[in-house]
Amino acid sequence: MKDRPSPSAAVPIMDAAAIQRALRRVAHEIIERNPDLKLVVLAGIPSRGVEISRRIAGFIREIEKIDVDTGIIDVAMHRDDVGTRADLPIVRASNLPTPLGGRTVIIVDDVLYTGRTVRAAMDAISSFGRPALIQLAALVDRGHRELPIRADYVGKNLPTATREQIQVRLRETDHEPDAVWSLRE
Amino acid sequence: MLGLRELSAEEIKFILETTDAFKQVGTREIKKVPALRGKTLVNFFIEPSTRTRTSFELAAFRLSADVINISKSASSLTKGETLKDTARNLEALHADIMVLRHSSAGAPQFLAQRLKSSVINAGDGAHEHPTQALLDLYTIRERRGQIDNLHVVIVGDILFSRVARSNIFGLTKLGARVTLVGPSTLVPREFEKLGVAVSHEIDKVLPDADVVNLLRIQHERQRKEYFPGIGEYTNLFGLTKERAKRLKPDCLIMHPGPINRGVEIDSDVADGLQSVILDQVTNGLAVRMAVLYLCGGIAG
Repeated sequence: MKDRPSPSAAVPIMDAAAIQRALRRVAHEIIERNPDLKLVVLAGIPSRGVEISRRIAGFIREIEKIDVDTGIIDVAMHRDDVGTRADLPIVRASNLPTPLGGRTVIIVDDVLYTGRTVRAAMDAISSFGRPALIQLAALVDRGHRELPIRADYVGKNLPTATREQIQVRLRETDHEPDAVWSLRE
Repeated sequence: MLGLRELSAEEIKFILETTDAFKQVGTREIKKVPALRGKTLVNFFIEPSTRTRTSFELAAFRLSADVINISKSASSLTKGETLKDTARNLEALHADIMVLRHSSAGAPQFLAQRLKSSVINAGDGAHEHPTQALLDLYTIRERRGQIDNLHVVIVGDILFSRVARSNIFGLTKLGARVTLVGPSTLVPREFEKLGVAVSHEIDKVLPDADVVNLLRIQHERQRKEYFPGIGEYTNLFGLTKERAKRLKPDCLIMHPGPINRGVEIDSDVADGLQSVILDQVTNGLAVRMAVLYLCGGIAG
């Protein structure tokens, strides 16, 4: 893989066991905050957010014996950088249960950074209907927000420098062992 | 986006995958996304069209682009201005994407070489109509799950048909087997050079077809010597109720419209269960959203 971290520049932040513990804790927090889990929709942002939401749903099933709804929320066609970007983001089909009115949609992503992706996700969700609540879950919150956005569930808070790159690797999406890496230039 | 001839199989598949995402937008409560917000699209139709123009216009609206429609009669082309000058004036108004329908083959390419805006071919003479072929490919893929190895029969006025040409390029690239059917004047053997079969006997071909795509007889491009007469055409090549009975039960019936009911297709067949003619229209909107996004979504 092209952007696989080279061992000298990459600092390991989380391994597979740490990721699993973090997501199980996030699942517990979601259960605690949402007494009626039937209202919850875990909406993953492609591609790793979708896999993470699938794993969180798996932990909720394990803990509470209930299947929460999951969905896919494409943000590419809702981004705010039309006309300034050099590369065209690849669009994927969204898939959310309808109607969305009265539901609690939890946006799930791998890394929370500027908050612009989350803003686009909220915009996309509102085109499906008007959920009662939108919450946000991220495996890693690395700070440096550019918008007034805050996560409700965080796997790991990670203070970073802007020059640093945070890379999440998951078996299902990247065909590599589960890991979070920090890459410094 | 000038034609399917210059696209690779991978590029065509990528457009079809992008179409999946935009087709989903049509099922939302709010069927509009900001993907092309602030972009301006000019629908420049030098030749009449309602369906294609409306489809591009609605696609642009759903992507939040601004749209201007210009027809030949409403433009200064009638005052003797050249196509190039009209187009350059439109570009000076910051048009980002120009959708061109023109009666001359090669007109979109001519403009694309002279403008900074993206140019999309919405049909040029008897040359290509790429978005029509893409929506046909998308409809086949959606209904049959694949295009590879299917036998697609295109019936009618192939010689004058840009729809047929773009379909031939797209279908053969994606692995379909194509047979062209029609009178020898309209379906000459030269088409075999494009990697397709040619037949003048529809009844021999229909039982083996997975898709039948019926083209409209284009009166406006037709000269009498090419054409046997409407009644005779229907007898020899029309998809009548009797002929439709000999199709495989899962064979799709397609038509790019506008339909001449009772000429190339019987009314009952056009409205029947095997017909996907209205799916084609719905998918055309999603395909054009995808093409506009891919052509106009980047900086420039």
